[in-house]
Amino acid sequence: MAQKTYAGVTIDVNDEGYFTDPSQWTKEIAAEIAKEEGVELTDKHFEMLEYLRNKQAAGEQLTIRGINKSGIVDVKTFYQMFPGAPLKKSTKIAGIPKPTSCV
Amino acid sequence: MKKLLILGAGTGGTIMANKMRKDLPREEWDITIIDQFKTHYYQPGFLFIPFGYYKEADVIKPKNNFIPVGVNLLYGEIDKIDGKHNKVLLKDGEVMNYDILIIATGTRIAPEETPGLKGELWHKNIFDFYTIEGSKALANFFKTWEGGELVVNIADMPIKCPVAPLEFSFFADAFFLERGMRDKVNITYVTPLSGAFTKPRASKMLGNLLAEKNIKLVTDFFLGEVDNESKKIIDFGGQEIPFDCLVSIPIHTGDPMIERSGLADDLGFVPADKNTLQSNKFKNVFVLGDAGNFPTSKAGSVVHFQADTLHENLMCYIENRPFTSSFDGHSNCYIETGHGKGALIDFNYDTEPLPGSFPFPGLGPFGLLKESRMNHYGKLMFRWIYWHILLKGKEMPIDSQMTMAGKKME
Repeated sequence: MAQKTYAGVTIDVNDEGYFTDPSQWTKEIAAEIAKEEGVELTDKHFEMLEYLRNKQAAGEQLTIRGINKSGIVDVKTFYQMFPGAPLKKSTKIAGIPKPTSCV
Repeated sequence: MKKLLILGAGTGGTIMANKMRKDLPREEWDITIIDQFKTHYYQPGFLFIPFGYYKEADVIKPKNNFIPVGVNLLYGEIDKIDGKHNKVLLKDGEVMNYDILIIATGTRIAPEETPGLKGELWHKNIFDFYTIEGSKALANFFKTWEGGELVVNIADMPIKCPVAPLEFSFFADAFFLERGMRDKVNITYVTPLSGAFTKPRASKMLGNLLAEKNIKLVTDFFLGEVDNESKKIIDFGGQEIPFDCLVSIPIHTGDPMIERSGLADDLGFVPADKNTLQSNKFKNVFVLGDAGNFPTSKAGSVVHFQADTLHENLMCYIENRPFTSSFDGHSNCYIETGHGKGALIDFNYDTEPLPGSFPFPGLGPFGLLKESRMNHYGKLMFRWIYWHILLKGKEMPIDSQMTMAGKKME
């Protein structure tokens, strides 16, 4: 298993850089990963990260269209917040596994 | 008299009606199955219709052919489930009480939820092949089409039978080649996934097949809207792809009744335990197949394997014993690759599709994760098996739990 150090803490990650243990996550760590991904975190970002973490912890599937029901932002804004591949980027920063869009 | 109520007489509901009627004494248990439609569709057959390989008559039979004697089949629309009072309300005002409820209401496409998808070009230049109407309209369109940009797009996951859009693309390549017009048709496969498929080994194998057949692959594309005027699909990030013919796999949701009943997750599916199949909300409610939020394929093979678990666990529940069966997410899909060949994948919640042979180690006759003629015959034979064995809940020579025997770790 690979490891990475963020904000002075060593984190277990998979070969794509996703956390294998979401409980290792802190806001300071999130800020550092975000920097790597070229994202500047605002309060809205943190609200979104919390939402994603809660969903993941509840065992629910994370999807792009589910974002519309988050009550935080709509999908278009979500794309602006995490440009490129928003779901992949946001889950990486949120310290949770990459959504599998299961088969 | 106790009551077992089954919602939905599709693949899952029908199998359960057959299995449970055999085990529950008629003098103690009344079994009723409700559905709003009278026709049972062999849904895997829809894929074959646009290319003229199957006709409508090949994929339909009356639902009541498959419901055993001793089970009440009721045609009607469900208004909602009242789980607190163990009741199901029908739209015509009838109230059905139950001791045990099985939700097997499936999933449906919801093209109306994407702006422009169900617009003026719907079933003119934009088609689905997940309904009988869509696949027939596309068959008609292909008869006279002179070529152009053919775009196959998955709007978002999850979808029914996640390999079907790939099979469609492979068929399209073979179909236009055989008609001598492949050079006039550009095929582009546009998916929200990061590769041709979700799991790494299968994604690589299927991605190679796309490249071999000169089908362009666009990944990480989440459909935001369809511009009917300029004939383009546009993703949420603004990326545009032009089409002359769009074959769309629209987003999927559960039956609207699920949401009315307050039982739906964000996508309209019913949250349930992925191993026991018991609802998260009510202990006497069980969920089967596409209607559930299970993290595996929405596919007939999954329903068929789940039915074995549900059958066993329902008997445990009725007899007040702890559940003894745990569903492992087993899925088994034949993948048509065109020109009379096919591939096969077999996997579960934890094990991705691996190469090897199936169902007998070393012998096959089917090859896993590779193309062969035998795999194609397997898919064709399956239609007969579906109508005659599977729906009737009879034994098949395939374990409902996935086995590692015959699979090779590389």
